[in-house]
Order: sequence, then structure tokens, then C-alpha cells
Amino acid sequence: MITTFPKGGIHPPEDKFSAGSPIRELPLPKTVTIPICQHLGAPSEPLVKKGDKVKTGQIIAKSSGFVSANIHSSVTGTVARIDKAMDSSGYRRDAIFINTEEDVWQEGIDTGSNLVKTIHSGREEIIQKTLEAGIVGLGGATFPSHIKLSVPKGKKVDVLIINGIECEPCLTSDHRLMLEKGEEIMIGIRLIMTALGVSRAVIGIENNKKDAISHLGSLARDYQGIEVQALRVKYPQGAEKQLIKAIINREVPSGKLPVEVGAVVHNVGTAFAVYEAIQKNKPLIERVVTVTGKDLARPSNLLVRIGTPVSELIEAAGGLPENTGKIVNGGPMMGKALNSLDVPVTKGTSGILVIPDKESFRKPVVNCIRCAKCVSICPMGLQPYLLRAASEYKKWDIVENEHAMDCMECGSCSYICPSGIPLLDYIKLGKATVSKIIRTRKQ
Amino acid sequence: MDKLITVSPPPHYYGDDTVKKLMYGVVYALLPALAVSVYFFGIGALIVTAVSIFSCLAFEYLIQKYMMKQEPSISDGSALLTGLLLAFNLPSNLPWWIIIIGALVAIGVGKMTFGGLGNNPFNPALVGRVFLFISFPVQMTSWPTPIASRLQYADAVTGPTPLGIVKEGLSAEATMPQLLEQIPGYMELLLGYMRGSMGEISALALIAGGIYMLARKIITWHIPASVILSVLVFTGILWLINPYDNADPLFHILSGGLLLGAIYMATDYVTSPMTPKGMWIFGTGIGVITVAIRVFGAYPEGVSFAILIMNAFVPLINKYVKIKGFGEEVKNG
Amino acid sequence: MSDVIINSIIIVSAMGLAAALILFVVAKKFHVVEDPRIEQVEEELPAANCGGCGYPGCRAFAEALVNSDDISELNCPVSSNEAMGKIASILGKEIGEKEPLVAVVRCGGTPDHRPKTNIYDGASSCTIESSLYTGESGCPYGCLGLGECVEACSFDAIHMNPETMLPEVVDDLCTACNACVKACPRGIIELRKKNKKDRKIYVSCINQEKGGVARKNCKVACIGCGKCVKVCPYEAITLENNLAYIDPYKCRLCRKCAPECPTNAILEINFPVKKKQEAAAG
Repeated sequence: MITTFPKGGIHPPEDKFSAGSPIRELPLPKTVTIPICQHLGAPSEPLVKKGDKVKTGQIIAKSSGFVSANIHSSVTGTVARIDKAMDSSGYRRDAIFINTEEDVWQEGIDTGSNLVKTIHSGREEIIQKTLEAGIVGLGGATFPSHIKLSVPKGKKVDVLIINGIECEPCLTSDHRLMLEKGEEIMIGIRLIMTALGVSRAVIGIENNKKDAISHLGSLARDYQGIEVQALRVKYPQGAEKQLIKAIINREVPSGKLPVEVGAVVHNVGTAFAVYEAIQKNKPLIERVVTVTGKDLARPSNLLVRIGTPVSELIEAAGGLPENTGKIVNGGPMMGKALNSLDVPVTKGTSGILVIPDKESFRKPVVNCIRCAKCVSICPMGLQPYLLRAASEYKKWDIVENEHAMDCMECGSCSYICPSGIPLLDYIKLGKATVSKIIRTRKQ
Repeated sequence: MDKLITVSPPPHYYGDDTVKKLMYGVVYALLPALAVSVYFFGIGALIVTAVSIFSCLAFEYLIQKYMMKQEPSISDGSALLTGLLLAFNLPSNLPWWIIIIGALVAIGVGKMTFGGLGNNPFNPALVGRVFLFISFPVQMTSWPTPIASRLQYADAVTGPTPLGIVKEGLSAEATMPQLLEQIPGYMELLLGYMRGSMGEISALALIAGGIYMLARKIITWHIPASVILSVLVFTGILWLINPYDNADPLFHILSGGLLLGAIYMATDYVTSPMTPKGMWIFGTGIGVITVAIRVFGAYPEGVSFAILIMNAFVPLINKYVKIKGFGEEVKNG
Repeated sequence: MSDVIINSIIIVSAMGLAAALILFVVAKKFHVVEDPRIEQVEEELPAANCGGCGYPGCRAFAEALVNSDDISELNCPVSSNEAMGKIASILGKEIGEKEPLVAVVRCGGTPDHRPKTNIYDGASSCTIESSLYTGESGCPYGCLGLGECVEACSFDAIHMNPETMLPEVVDDLCTACNACVKACPRGIIELRKKNKKDRKIYVSCINQEKGGVARKNCKVACIGCGKCVKVCPYEAITLENNLAYIDPYKCRLCRKCAPECPTNAILEINFPVKKKQEAAAG
């Protein structure tokens, strides 16, 4: 049966231009810029200094807390400097600059393409190796994965959900990964199941990726406990809470984590990274990035080393079209617009989207006509029009009481608004302010 | 790169709907009813529509430009829609100067005094209509006879509406079966061969437009369904209790401005509630008040009053009737 | 006919009487005893309800003034010293003297000095733009130019200059209520001591980046060279995080620092021009 989540949701144009193009490996860049904070949580501590020689896969920055992640060199070369580099928002943050030389991998890493099927690792070892390999949620949230592999005390998890939804328009990296690395993903899922101690895993895939559903479905026959669930196409189905509701019909309570209902969600990309880390001993130094856009010559899915500048990816996809108006890191619904092409690819970069001039400006804003479309499509059952008004007029108590903190910033409200009101901009402002207020209240 | 690139917060894709498209969508949905009206009422319908639309647009433009000192936004279609709906609520023999007064009240008082589109608590077209109804009761209740008065405007042959016949008849101690012979049959009610406000006559054309709006997702089904359902239930009960003194439910639904009100006026975005549950309360309220006025009140018709009364409750409904959020009151098996 | 008139008169009078009676009873029963001085004090306050005193409005502040024994800490930044003195005499309490302050915008990044690097197309709010990215220029500290400070001002004392794209403070109208300082997400606006004839010298930049980076993004950025620190005879200038700061309480307006600044980031305002020419000639 094809299922979906019940409340709200929208159907933006899918625009999956690059769905048919197999994953290509991008040639090594001349220099890489590796930010020391690519994940949710505390920035890592650099272990190298200027002039150091590093090998591919060598650890160069150490996790600095519980919610933090290791960072490895994605190339072989010399550390040019540790300095501020522009991140995707234009603010300058610490990063390690490495000049690339010939690719030499760190000892102990299996770089072959052979499949390692037998699992030797136990629970502790899988969690430890995931931590060491610096794996973070590759769906875009970049939450360190080892935390999600260990079940908190007093909680019980009975099902693992693997997110192969890719509900963002344009992006195809997970789709290609499922088609080309299906077997590896299966083993990765088996490893995550071992770590969590669950006997059931469900891979959720939207119905617009029929080839992936049948491919993984046929593979799943050999893996007991893993099943594939086809889902009706609807945005934002890839959101954790919506996905759990759609697949196992459990509703995560407001303000709680999925563990509360006995579920843990991991992305297919993360499952693949876990496979590589444990079976191949390979840390997270590269990822699949979709480079796409209406007017791009060759929309592609590229296997890219972390730290490669975005400009090289666009070059590989046929160069920047003349009419480019906006470049987005991520998908068109939740991605971040870049203000420079020198920004490096990080662990969380799932796609680079090039938007032409005439589509890069928003609609002119007119009065709210109270059409209630935002209310009817909000997947979290909020009232975006009210949250926006309350935020704009700085009524933070209303923002809080109307459950603004439940908003997951999917952008459906801004998408649907016929008046072109930037609802999400204001809701984000409200959320930021309210979380500040809540923090001061706790002190 | 030489060119400056644009940066904005997500999302970077936007839906196709604009206020203008939605407003024109409603206008398109009203075209079949307009065509029927022109067929039955001829030049009168054309003149009333033209005068109403033109004066609404003109007042909107003048007020925005010279009183509110802002960029006029008449192209967004909202004034056009108000003009069209106002015309639909008027008899087709109404003198042009009364229509202009109605347009001034609708746009000036009903809409612009509250700050323009999106801020008015009451449906502007209905504010205009009710103002005229109270100020010019004679002109507003002389209904031209369809087809017979195609080529006449102010001097049209007039008579009472079906609802008027029923009201008069029942208060003159006649019984419903006797009155049935004087009022049009269901087929005529569906097609619109009856006296009434120029836009309200043809149930079929109005329903067709309603289906178009539902298909294009301009409106949701909640308000029309709840209005019609509540009228059905309320009049149904009355009819079952005493079929001699009460008209049957189908007659109530097909006659008068009920369908026009339920599908086009009550669903006005600005003046209707934001949540499905709120829409149910709103629609049911309209249905109940309409029947109360028609059956127990002094006027034969009460849709406009019912909608205006419920409009006043919308802020209250919005405040207290909330949608249930995701993850609130979770029941996991 | 006449009974109609008489009846109407009787009914209306009876209704009026009943209403008066109810009003009288309610007024008596629910009468709130209030210190009359609150009213008097409120009269003296500016009634702008700007919140600069830390209370939600002038009324609340008046209550606080009347109810607290020691009011030397309570201060309305908007009222003049005379007005506050008057309040003190009404209450028979001592009030603290305050030094007049004025808001100063510490950014000189006009479009000429600070080239545009991209176009912002989001909600027209400085806070939102600032949370998203650095702004339309490369400077992550500079003014975003969307005028949230202008909206915050209750006294019409701050305006956007369409040419420079920067806010400008009207010194005579500024009451130093702190609203714009709080509104600016980048902390560009500062309240500084008001000098004679509205003279001021200040570093019109808050960029803490290294000199080269700051200079690349804005021609009038403070590059943290420290020349002004050396030349200052009163030790009023400090250099921290590549940024010079002139302490308004130590500065004696000697104007030695301004000509030293290689990027013209130190502004002198409302000084006689003549002297400057002499300095240039000499």
C-alpha cells in the first residue's frame, strides 16, 4: 500500500533533471577548504598546523564535545594555513586550507570497490567507528550520527526508518546512491540495526523513484527484517516526524524526539557512509552532490571530496549559465542561497542548484487576504499567517503559545502564499527570538 | 562573476497562485451565471453589471490614489469581483445612480475604511447591497420578470420573487400546496427562470462555477457544504413537522440568493474563518440565520444579513477555534 | 397623542435614572484609591511610552517613581534634567543627575565606500537579513540599511539617508532612549556623551576583522593600525580585536586622532571648518 502523512503538504514541481545521470567522480581539486564546523554542535579542534603534510583520510580536527564530529583530510597535501574562510552565509569561520598533491590514502583504508558483506563488528564497535569516521546525518541536518546510533537509557527502539524520500525538488543524489550502491546501503542498514538492537527496518521511498523501489525491494529479499515502503509524492515527506507518521503511523509528540515513539530515522546516504566506515574503514571525506538547474548544460550527480569549492562542481556540470540569478546550496525549498562560488562543499551539501535570473526573485508582496492556504498546507498544523503577524509585531508570547517551536521550516507556507508574503522569514525570526527567551527563562 | 547574484532566505521555489489569479478565478466562475442573467434579463443585466463594475473600480482607484495616497491596485481583480458580486445582488432594473451609491458604500465604507484588501471585516459587496436594501427598499424589491423584460431597463415588468410569494402567501393564511402552483418548479429554479437578483437565479450555473473553483482549489468545500447542509437540516425539520406551512428544503436551497451566498459570498477569503472547523461553525451559522430570517423574520430573504452577521463572528472564531497541531494530544496505539 | 409624548418622556427618564443609579453604585463600589501623585508625575513625563527607562510605559514608570523610596537609580532618559527635578520636588525625593547622551551610528559604509557584492531579496527586516548572511556587501559588521532603527524610534529622530543608505540621527530630537540601539541586530548604534554644540569624534566602524580583510570590503573601515592610539594624549583610545574605540568620557575633543586615520574611519562632526583648513595648510 502506498502511504503518506495526513496533514498538509504541497506538490512543488519535481524538476529532477539529473535523475538519469550516473554518479561521476569529480577530479581532485587543487586546493580544498575544510571548515572545522560542518555539523550541528560544537566546532572541532584542529590537530594540524600550517606546513603539516596530511594524507587522504587522516584525521585533521577532533570532535570537541558530545555533540560534535571528527573531520578528516579529504586530500593528500600540505596544510597551507588555518584561517577564516567564507561559509555559505558569507560570515567568515575557521577552516583548514590544504594544497593538494598526489592522492595517497591513510594506511588501513580499503579503497577497493569490492563489496564486504560479512559483518564482524558488534554494537560498541559500530558506534565507536561511526564516531571516529566523523559521520553526520547526510540528509542535510548534519547531526552527528553516533548519537543517533545509541539508544538513550530508559527508551526502547523497535524500528529503524531509512529515509530515501528526497522530497526536495531537483535533488537526486540519494536516488542515484540507492540505484548504484543498493547493496552497500543494505549492509549499512544492517550495521545500524545491529547498533540499535532492532530487528525491523523500513526504507521509505517516494513513488516517483519506482526504479529505486524495485531495486532495493529485490535486494531486501536477501536481508531479513528490511522492507521497502513506497510513499505517495508529497513535500515535506522527508521530514523526520512526517516520515514516521507516513510509514508506521506514529505521531511524535510536540517538542519530543522520534525515540519517544520507538523509532530512529537515518538517511540512505548515512547508511552508505556507515557501511564505508565499518566495512572499509573509510572516514567521511566525500559525498554525492547533485549539481542541477534548468539551464545547466549537464545536470550531474558528482562524487565530491569535502572542501572542494562549489565553482569546480558547476564547471563539471557544464559551467555557469549566463542567465544565472541565484545559486542555492541544497534544494529549492530549504536550501541556502550562496553569495559566492568560493564556498566549499561540506558534509551537509546535498546539492547545488543554479536558478536563472527570472526565477530568482520573489513575488511582490501584497496584503494578506486571509485565504487560509498556509493553514491548510502546514504539515505541523500551525497557523503561519498568525505566527508571521505576531513575529512582525514582536508579540513573542503569541509566537510561543502558537507552537512556533514546532515549525520545521519546510517553507510550504511561503511557497503557497498567493500574496507573496515571506511567512517563513518571519517565523524563523520568531523561533530564534523565542528560543532565546526560553533559554534565559531556564537560567 | 561580474553580475551580482541574489541571496534570499528559502524557499526558492514559489507556487503559481497570486491574489490576482485567485480573484480572476472567482470572476471566471461567475461568468456562466452572468450569461444566464443576460439571457433572462437582457439589457438590464448588462447595464447593472457594467455600472457596478465600473463604479467599484473607479472608487477604488480614486480612494487609493487621493485619500490613502498609495499606489492604486485595481488590477488585482478584487474591486472587479466586488463590483460583479454587487451587481449579482441587485435587481436588473435598478436605476444607475442607486448602483453608484451602492458601489461607493461597498468600496468606500465596506473595504477602504478598514485599510483596503485583506483588512475588511465584512464582505464589501454585501455591505453595499444591504445599505441599498435598507435605504431604497422599494427599488430594491421590485423584481423584473425574466424574458418578458429583456429589452427594458428601468421600465421592466416586475413582480415578486418565489420566496416573496411564499412569504406573502403563508402570512395570508395560504398553505404550501396552494402556493406551489404560483411558484416556479424545480426545473425552472435550476435553470433560473424566475424573478430575483440578477445573479442569483440559476442554480445550475452557480453550481458549475462552484465546481470550477473547487477544482482549481480557489475555495474549499467546507463553507458551501456547511451552509447548504444546515439549511437542508433546519428547513427539513420544519417541513417534516408541518409541510403545510413550510416550504420544502430543496425549494429553500434553490431559491433566492442561497447558492450565490454559500458558494461565492460566504467563501470570501478575507471575511471567512481560517480553519476547517471554524469554517463549519461559520457556514452552519449562516444557514441557521438565513432560515430563521426566511421563516420567522419579516423579510422573505436573509442570506446577506446572515453572512454579515457571521462575518462579525469571524475574529472570535479565529481566536478560539484552532487547528490541532501535529504531535498535540498524541494517541499511539 | 399627548399620552404618547408623556409615556415616552416617562420611559426615557426612568431609563436614564436607572442607568445613573447603576453607574453611581458601580463607581462607589469599585472605586480604586490611587496616589494622586502618580497622575502628577505622569504629567511631567514625556508620554512617549518608549520603554527607555526599563518600564513598560510612562504610567508604569510613574508608579515606580512614586512607590520606591530611593529614586536616584530610576531615570527617564528622555526627560530633561529640569523635568526630572520637577518630579523630584513633587515627590520630595532626591533624583540622580544624568549626563545627556545621543545616539551615534558607527558605520560609514556608503555605496561608494562599500561595494555591493550581491542582492538581498528577502523580508525587509535587518534582523532577518542579518541572521541569513552578511548583507549586500562583504562586511559582516556593517549597516544593512533596511531601517529597523528608524522604525524603532518614537521621536522621529533617526532617518535613512537615501544617498548614503545609512541612518542619520537628528541630535536635537534624539532623547537617548536606547530603542534604536536595541533594534539594530548588528549593534552599530551607540549612545555617547553629548558634547557642547553637538560636537563628536568617534570611530565610525565596528568591524573586528583583520585590517586587510576589512579594508577590502570597505574603504572606510577601521583596520586596527593603532595610529590613533599612539597620537591620543589622553589615553582615550583603545584597540581591541583590530578595532579602535574612543572612550567618550576620556576624550577631550582635541582632534589629533582624526587626521592620523589612514582610512578616514574617525569622524569629526560639528567642529568649525576653519581650523581644519589651517591644519591642512600647516
